[in-house]
Amino acid sequence: MSFINYASREINCKIVYYGPGLGGKTTNLQFIYAKTNPSNKGQLISLATETDRTLFFDFLPLDLGTVRGFRTRFHLYTVPGQVFYDASRKLILKGVDGVVFVADSQEARMDANLESLENLKINLRENGFDLMTIPYVLQHNKRDLPTAVPVETMHRMLNVKGEQEFEAVATTGVGVFETLKAVAKLVLQELSKR
Amino acid sequence: MAILSQSMVIYEEEFERISSVLARLWVDANAKIVFLVDKNGQQLAAKGDLDKVDTTSLASLTAGNVAATDGLARLIGEKEFSILFHEGERDNIHISIVGQRLILVVIFDERSSLGLVRLRVRKAAAELEEVLSQMADKAAQRGEEVVSPFAEITDEDIDNLFSE
Repeated sequence: MSFINYASREINCKIVYYGPGLGGKTTNLQFIYAKTNPSNKGQLISLATETDRTLFFDFLPLDLGTVRGFRTRFHLYTVPGQVFYDASRKLILKGVDGVVFVADSQEARMDANLESLENLKINLRENGFDLMTIPYVLQHNKRDLPTAVPVETMHRMLNVKGEQEFEAVATTGVGVFETLKAVAKLVLQELSKR
Repeated sequence: MAILSQSMVIYEEEFERISSVLARLWVDANAKIVFLVDKNGQQLAAKGDLDKVDTTSLASLTAGNVAATDGLARLIGEKEFSILFHEGERDNIHISIVGQRLILVVIFDERSSLGLVRLRVRKAAAELEEVLSQMADKAAQRGEEVVSPFAEITDEDIDNLFSE
């Protein structure tokens, strides 16, 4: 839920990166963090296990500059992708303004993608949102891997409502900012409709 | 309450009132820092030695903490745990839920005590709830007539954000 502060002329929006475990959600945030001007970002917080798997969430506050005299801040969150952390995932979707689904392009992860997408629909609904109406983009990550299935297949299996899709290699940053920009744009457009 | 499903909007007047409640609490409770965040992790206002901490991260982690504790409460059939307390070697954190959607956080050290903080927080929470319900009334009154400052946002405006 965006938060508009007229006193300090700020607007804060929340974007959640969703997707199956080991799909590259945290890597997206790490790349954004590494490439953003220090004055425009806060700390990257990662609540992870000893083996660097996301336990609760990653969090990165980003300052995108000014729109119509309001400072525009985006709070980026990732969810823990592993199936058994479902209770935590549900909590993180609370008050979300936009969602990025980070799909893993490897053939062997296609079932995990589908399961996570289904889980996203359910958890959004439980938080009072609908995937069909919420600002949403789809990222096909790990396009560099030899086992990656064709984008057309990804599109056919994962695209739910004609949302924008981005091919990405999060480790090197390919497609990362394009994805962020697209979802941020959708969120701001949604705000303008209210 | 319809307001829960909408964006939260805060205007100058309420912001001033909230800030003055926090300022008083900060003094009365002998606290190092007091701040108010919403349950989604957005910081509303803060008072105290703020340069020493990253308040944005503090806000987000507090909300995560409260969300996880809420989840725990529901699991065992409680509505919520309205107060959380973390005790450290030097500093302690007192977290309480205000008006169901806000979180009031007080960070204090040995110059204060848990008893004093709890007492002062109770008073401040009541005042904050009043401001909150005023905000809700105002939002309901203004209803449709409020035009979002983003109503006339253009694609160009948005593109400009990413131009660098």
